[in-house]
Amino acid sequence: MKLVIAIIKPFKLDEVREALTAVGVAGMTVSEVKGFGRQKGQTEIYRGAEYSTNMVPKIKIEVVCGSDVADRVVEAVQAAANTGAIGDGKIFVLDVGQAVRIRTGETDDTAL
Amino acid sequence: MKRFDTIAASGAALALAATTATPAWAQAAAAAAAPTVNKGDTAWMMTSTLLVLMMIVPGLALFYGGLTRAKNMLSTMTQIGAVACLAMLIWVMYGYTMAFGDGGNDFISGFGKAFLAGITPDSVAATFTPGIAIPEYVFVCFQMTFAAITVALVLGSVVERMKFSAVMVFGAVWLTIVYFPIAHMVWASGGLFFKMGALDFAGGTVVHINAGVSALAASLILGKRIGYPTERIVPHSLTMTGIGTGLLWVGWFGFNAGSALEANGSAALAMINTFVATAAGGLFWMLAERLNGHKGSALGFCSGIVAGLVAVTPAAGNSGPFGAIVLGAVASVICFYAVSVLKPKLGYDDALDAFGVHGIGGMVGAIGTAIVYAPSLGGPGKPDFAIGHQLSTQLIAVVTTIVWATIGTIIATYAAKALTGLRVSQDVEREGLDLGEHGERAYNN
Repeated sequence: MKLVIAIIKPFKLDEVREALTAVGVAGMTVSEVKGFGRQKGQTEIYRGAEYSTNMVPKIKIEVVCGSDVADRVVEAVQAAANTGAIGDGKIFVLDVGQAVRIRTGETDDTAL
Repeated sequence: MKRFDTIAASGAALALAATTATPAWAQAAAAAAAPTVNKGDTAWMMTSTLLVLMMIVPGLALFYGGLTRAKNMLSTMTQIGAVACLAMLIWVMYGYTMAFGDGGNDFISGFGKAFLAGITPDSVAATFTPGIAIPEYVFVCFQMTFAAITVALVLGSVVERMKFSAVMVFGAVWLTIVYFPIAHMVWASGGLFFKMGALDFAGGTVVHINAGVSALAASLILGKRIGYPTERIVPHSLTMTGIGTGLLWVGWFGFNAGSALEANGSAALAMINTFVATAAGGLFWMLAERLNGHKGSALGFCSGIVAGLVAVTPAAGNSGPFGAIVLGAVASVICFYAVSVLKPKLGYDDALDAFGVHGIGGMVGAIGTAIVYAPSLGGPGKPDFAIGHQLSTQLIAVVTTIVWATIGTIIATYAAKALTGLRVSQDVEREGLDLGEHGERAYNN
């Protein structure tokens, strides 16, 4: 099993979700996160007091899938989240040791 | 501009005594002097009074609360509400008599109306029209809301670090030695500025310069917030501030048009000026932002609205509509520079810009009133009105107010420091005054 973590632009969430559904992904966890990479932050001004925010809001998607479909999941995210501009995000793939469905106690691939 | 004499029961008694001596003549005189209470005026003044209350809670509470960080939202709103309540109670105990009681001198009235002694539902207070009066209880309430909002405005500079208990001590002392005397000086017929002929329709000097200067003095004694100006300290909800701005604007019609004390043409003039000066203020602050390379901002819009309102306060019934537009626009731009250039340069931490907007805007309004009052500029002044002479009168009133407010604030702040310690601990300040001072959070999610 693989854990695919994708950091994407917030407005791309719906497209990425549709693309993942199309390749058979049945569930995912989504969080609102902040961070920075090459993309510059924004400047905020309140009554003349300037603050530059280095942290840019992003969406983090976590998907656990079978090792055999991991490549297709990565491709789907990469295609759907791509705009060609700096700040499109990153995808990380990690090995997963175990999975358990809490309701039934099923494990590993059947638990996904 | 306001003139407040109370035609109390003693006047009627005097007339009655005279009647026994020379019946026919005195009866006619008494009939002519008997003031008429008009139901329309009374209803308008009751409405105005409630509009000013709306400016405090929820108006100012939301306006200021939105500008603070989320961890200090409840503290800010609670301090405003509590100090306003304190002002109401002190007002009926001895504030009203200090400002508008009978007798007294240039600086305060006599204490004959302490605890509202002698005031009944039949007591009346004079308006600007001879022979027309409003119930004195209405006048007491209307003026009560002015005392309440003024002391609440001062808190704008000291929020996010001043103890709740210190706010209450400060409020009581400050009202007693600063607000009541200045209200008397400006508005009571025996007051110093009133006798000089200073123009202050709805409280540019009494409310805004007074609150703004006091806010600056108090913030200097209190010191900066931890992390100011290097850390990111930004408004937690400009949505709340926007709602508060709207409530302030609507409420301000009670403040300004209500200061005519009657539902008449003078109130109508104050009303239209409170529309147009404010509109100019909102737009010109945003324009100033653009001219300085910034984006026109929502906070800029709100700040400009308030700056326009502050500036038109002394001029509300003392200016033509186009004079008011110029006054609102000029005040807005000057206030923009005060908060975004002057404040960082001088380095004081006037947290919510009570001085930058109310103090500076109030001074522009008070001085500008001498100009826009001129009939040649569309103002309601008499043809022989001299701008130069009026300017010097206004300046004397402004400078005296600044000096009085500064000295009084120093005394009030150190009194609070002696009794309460003034400032919360560093831990409480970092964690937020909501938890540290009140045991609650504004937002639980």
